Formats: sequence, structure tokens, C-alpha cells
Amino acid sequence: MDEKPHIRIELRSDPCYLAGVRQLIAGIAQRIGFDESSCSQVALAVDEALANVIRHGYCRACDRPIWISLWPSAETEEQGAGLRIEIEDEARHVDEAELCGRELDDPKPGGLGLHIIREVMDEVAYEKRKPRGMRLRMVKFAEKPTADDVSALSGE
Amino acid sequence: MEDTSLSVKIESRGGSTILSPCGDVDMSRAPSFREHVRVAQQGKPERLVIDMGEVEYMDSSGLATLVEAMRNAKGQGIELVLCCLNPKVLAVFEIARLHQLFRIVPTVADAEGTA
Repeated sequence: MDEKPHIRIELRSDPCYLAGVRQLIAGIAQRIGFDESSCSQVALAVDEALANVIRHGYCRACDRPIWISLWPSAETEEQGAGLRIEIEDEARHVDEAELCGRELDDPKPGGLGLHIIREVMDEVAYEKRKPRGMRLRMVKFAEKPTADDVSALSGE
Repeated sequence: MEDTSLSVKIESRGGSTILSPCGDVDMSRAPSFREHVRVAQQGKPERLVIDMGEVEYMDSSGLATLVEAMRNAKGQGIELVLCCLNPKVLAVFEIARLHQLFRIVPTVADAEGTA
């Protein structure tokens, strides 16, 4: 990513901050044009990603750093407004297989976080971060309004 | 610092125990929720109703607690029923494809079979 993020925050790996991050993410998604359902989905994806870092990467240590960076993008002819999110840590390298505890059709506790992220985001990619840690890149695009939506809003 | 305990109201009537958690059920509060569910199941009610009407948000930590509760309920012969889910919480069940694993009804009365 060459462009500087519009928003970058650092937080400790303490689960008590998840609620505040969800509110922040949902609020930004709403401001760039996401509908209520998509706002909730993006906040859920970030929550699940942070929980995975805390649970698997930092083994529940509450005092380690996590960085969240956001790049909103404007609507284009091809697609709606977008929100690119990166979540970085200094944790041990975790294979995706470790995060994918189970298939969704196998009803047992745990192992759902990454599946949920993949379900609700349009793009998801993990990579190793240098000199250490992991980086999760996620993108969500807002649905483009249809011609009917535009007509309804303009009262035609 | 945020309180990680989850406020849960507990009522017993007829053969039902009704748990009514209040607040977000996420990674920080799921352990508290899990403990309340575990204690309720130890009482071996005929039916355990979890009234989710005051739960604004739930993530996979909460789902995992409920999946575990369902497995334990089946083993103990307890009927587990969820009710009053708001659309956001129900959507999380659907995203995880768990909505068909549970009996989910609109109201507490439906859950108790008195509607």
C-alpha cells in the first residue's frame, strides 16, 4: 500500500476495546455510504479479526500492539464506495489453517471467525509482516444504488 | 476499564429457566455469558430459554458459547430455545449458517409454549 491511510489507530490487544473499535468502524462505513447492514458486517469483520489476533497471535496477552488502518475509496462507474482495512500485529506467524478451525457445516464451538470475515468482506488476504507479525487486508464495497433506487430518492 | 461481566437476569417458571443477557456478547464478555449458561444448565430445567432481546451485538465468541450450550443441552435432555433476536444478531447466525441448528422463536411466550 503506497498511499498513507486516512485513519490509523493503535490499540492494545485488550478485548475490552473491541466495542469502541466496532463503533468507530461502523461510523466511518456509514459516513462513506454503506447501508446499515454493510456497516454492521464491516464492524463484525474487524471485531473477528482483532479477536483472532488477540486469541491466536498474542495468546490472549492484553498489552501487545495492534494497528488498524483505513482507506475509504469513492464510488466509481464499476462499483460502489469502498473501504480497505488493514490490521497489523507483531504476533507470531499464524497459518490460515490454524484460524480456519472448521467448516461452517460442522456445528461445533469455535473456529468461526475467519469464516465470518470471508463471508462478509469482498476481499480478504493474510500476509506475513516484516520484520514480524501478520497483516490482514480486507476490502468491502458498498452496493451501488440501482436506477430504481435513484428514482425513488428523487421522487420520480 | 470496561466491566467484562455480562448482566444476566435469571427467572424460573413452570419447567423453564429464562436467561436474559443484557449488552454486547463479544470476546470480552462471552466468558461471563458462558458461565451463566453453564450454571443454568446445571439446574437441569426442562427448557432453557435465552431471551436475546437486550443483546445488541454478538460475535463468534457468543455463537461458540451457544453452540456449546446446545451440545450440552442435547446431552442433558434440556430443550434450548432462543428468542427475541434483533436483526443484527440473527444475521450473525445466518452468516455462520447456524440459524437452523437452533430453535429460534420471536417471543419469550413462544419459547415457553404459552403463546
